[in-house]
Amino acid sequence: MTSSQSPRRLVIRNLGVETTRHGVAVTLVDDVSLDVRAGETLALVGASGCGKSLTCAASLDAAPPGVRRTTGSIAIDGVEQAPADIRGRLVATILQNPRSAFNPVRTMRQHAMEGPAARGAPAASREQRVRAAMADAGLEDVDRILDLHPFEMSGGMLQRMMIALALASGAPFLFADEPTTDLDLIVQRDILNLLLRLTRRQGLGVLLVTHDMGVVAALADRVAVMDAGRIIETARVMDIFNRPTHPVTRNLLDAHLSLYPGRSAA
Amino acid sequence: MSLLAARGASRIYRNGPAGRGGATALDQVSLDIAPGECVALLGRSGCGKSTLARLLAGLERPDAGEVRFAGRSLSTFGRADWRAFRCAVQLVFQDPVSAVNPRETVGQIIAEPLRHLRGLTGVAATGQIQALLRAVDLPADAMGRLPQQLSGGQLQRVCIARALAAQPQLLILDEAVSNLDLHLQIQMLDLFARLKRDRDVSYLFITHDLRLAERFCDRVLVMCDGRLVEETRVGGAFALTSPEGRALQDAILPAMPFRRARAG
Repeated sequence: MTSSQSPRRLVIRNLGVETTRHGVAVTLVDDVSLDVRAGETLALVGASGCGKSLTCAASLDAAPPGVRRTTGSIAIDGVEQAPADIRGRLVATILQNPRSAFNPVRTMRQHAMEGPAARGAPAASREQRVRAAMADAGLEDVDRILDLHPFEMSGGMLQRMMIALALASGAPFLFADEPTTDLDLIVQRDILNLLLRLTRRQGLGVLLVTHDMGVVAALADRVAVMDAGRIIETARVMDIFNRPTHPVTRNLLDAHLSLYPGRSAA
Repeated sequence: MSLLAARGASRIYRNGPAGRGGATALDQVSLDIAPGECVALLGRSGCGKSTLARLLAGLERPDAGEVRFAGRSLSTFGRADWRAFRCAVQLVFQDPVSAVNPRETVGQIIAEPLRHLRGLTGVAATGQIQALLRAVDLPADAMGRLPQQLSGGQLQRVCIARALAAQPQLLILDEAVSNLDLHLQIQMLDLFARLKRDRDVSYLFITHDLRLAERFCDRVLVMCDGRLVEETRVGGAFALTSPEGRALQDAILPAMPFRRARAG
């Protein structure tokens, strides 16, 4: 998918997001900067409501209504880009709960052809590309699956399909927002292994939003910890687990490690 | 004597997906839950866990076999029996948004079981609602809010408070803490453990997260394709032995990162 000319680095700089409550501006994301590199996973962790998902969405100018980006830029290999131009082209997005992300009355084939058509890909190559992406996402029996509707598929299959659609876009970067939260443990492990393979073998650069430090341990290379709209600590995954410096990071780790008897936080 | 039991309970959904005929969701399941006991029900998506929960809570009837509460089959229950049963057995669903009336405030949602099952209204009810909100770590001013004004995790805790309002003897938690942040999951488990200690409340804890089951439960049941395939006591060197149990245990996420070969 990616070649030697593929972009290597996506940098979000000084992102600020606010909304208005009772006539007063409220800051939701405050001066957030992130650095996503090809072939790596950067995990963005923190409590629910701390602004993780909003950071992903707002950096691509896809924030929900009533929420506005006030500051910030996004650059690919040092060149600043308009968020709307890179969304779906250089950055693909997958979300939690794949069932709500698909149109219930359309087949997988219809979903799969929509993106390439919108990007102006030649009609002849569209299906071939989708088929290759589905194989990469671990979906066998492609012919049968392309004819299925979302309700005929399991959550794990739908999440693989969402990843396949992201891969078919050819985007070198992937924003994955809680991609395994609603899946069972076994499917979760398979999806995490798939994402790990895609970063290592295909050089995908992943921004992974999660609240589960187990997911971080399984997949992340670097970790940014967010609290109340701000990044409070960024470090390599080994350092975050072995030498957390911020109290919020330590609390996240303590809660996580309390589920593994016989271990305690560093 | 067991508080709630299933005896050879089966459930077949006759209108399967895409009209593909009957699907056996539950196949002759038998289990017992004793007073004060906490039982984990483990299995992957679609294995029949939620169907079993609905049968045990009396929301659906088994096509074969029976569900017994305090020694009596639910099929023999009259109106007064059902009322007592609803008081004693409460269920918390996985998806809180679909489990509440979007037009009722949090206060109204929690007041319902207080009024119908415990006969509490007015000031007595308000006091209880505030105590329940405190127990699930929600602010008192949440009472006046509508479901859409709360986050998913907050709304799930409203559903837990509503279930506790009935002062149940058995709480069936169907992936009820899965969507919460870990520290809230642990906080809820601590609350449940306290109720278990103080009031001998029993739990059926349905989850796919073996880590939580191990922390909270006395016994783990593993379900696969509508059947119970394993029963193991928690404690000591805890290890599941059935193929399905092992598959679930092997899929537990690592506690710590391991050094990986890095790309490029």
